[in-house]
Amino acid sequence: MVDDMDPDSAEWVRTLGGAGPEREDALRRLHESLLRIARSELHRRAGQHRIDGPELDDIAHQAAADALLAITGKIDQFRGDSKFTTWAFKFVIFEVSNKIGRHFWRHPDVALDAEDWDRLPARFGLAPADESEWRDLLVGLRRAVDDELTERQRALFVAIVLNGVPLDAMVARFGTNRNAIYKTLFDARRKLRANLVANGYLDQHKPTRRP
Amino acid sequence: MNGLERFLRTDPRDSGCERAMELLHVYAELAATDPVEAELWYPEVDAHVTACGPCAEDLAGLLAAIRAT
Repeated sequence: MVDDMDPDSAEWVRTLGGAGPEREDALRRLHESLLRIARSELHRRAGQHRIDGPELDDIAHQAAADALLAITGKIDQFRGDSKFTTWAFKFVIFEVSNKIGRHFWRHPDVALDAEDWDRLPARFGLAPADESEWRDLLVGLRRAVDDELTERQRALFVAIVLNGVPLDAMVARFGTNRNAIYKTLFDARRKLRANLVANGYLDQHKPTRRP
Repeated sequence: MNGLERFLRTDPRDSGCERAMELLHVYAELAATDPVEAELWYPEVDAHVTACGPCAEDLAGLLAAIRAT
């Protein structure tokens, strides 16, 4: 497999899979890169969290360290279908997401059980001037949420859609993974839309690629 | 179509987060040079990152990392 890789990637795999000072040097260089990416990513997402100062740097260090562990543990899974660095950087990006999600609950500014339906128009960019066009749709949606969703789907809809809790924060809250939360919400969206179509609030037409 | 209707619309090709996260490095590297090719080769990932905010954010971060190196 290493033979199929670009030379730089093959060198990373060889040195990280080796031993002694050469491996230590590769680990140090990779950690430096991961830390740089983690810091940069935390800054890029500054509008999504309230982490700054030493805490931000601490989280960057944690993300880099955890990503390094994941990478070295999974290096056998690297197939050379991208540059090694692209594959490796993916792990530190995931770690940053995970840590931002967990951090949300240190200073949550929403109550999970609150249901403020008045926020919904603003969340979806529904202009007050056009209220006559979407008022009935929201009435139908609220009824569909009550009638169609399971308890878990409803809890996630309220938290994520009504209250604006980040999906990754719900992952941390429920101790699950992103796919499970997304799938639950995906099914909820599908059920809600089907209900709204059946009750005449939305037109039925085939899904489009770029709605 | 308003934002609520877009939110409710689901794409049957949507891979879900797990598969998209598995392929994100491959998709991102292709998208960094040719987004149309990325969409063509990985329609299920493309459909997913169009609908999933967290995975779209991870993609944006990975693209930024690729471009910075």
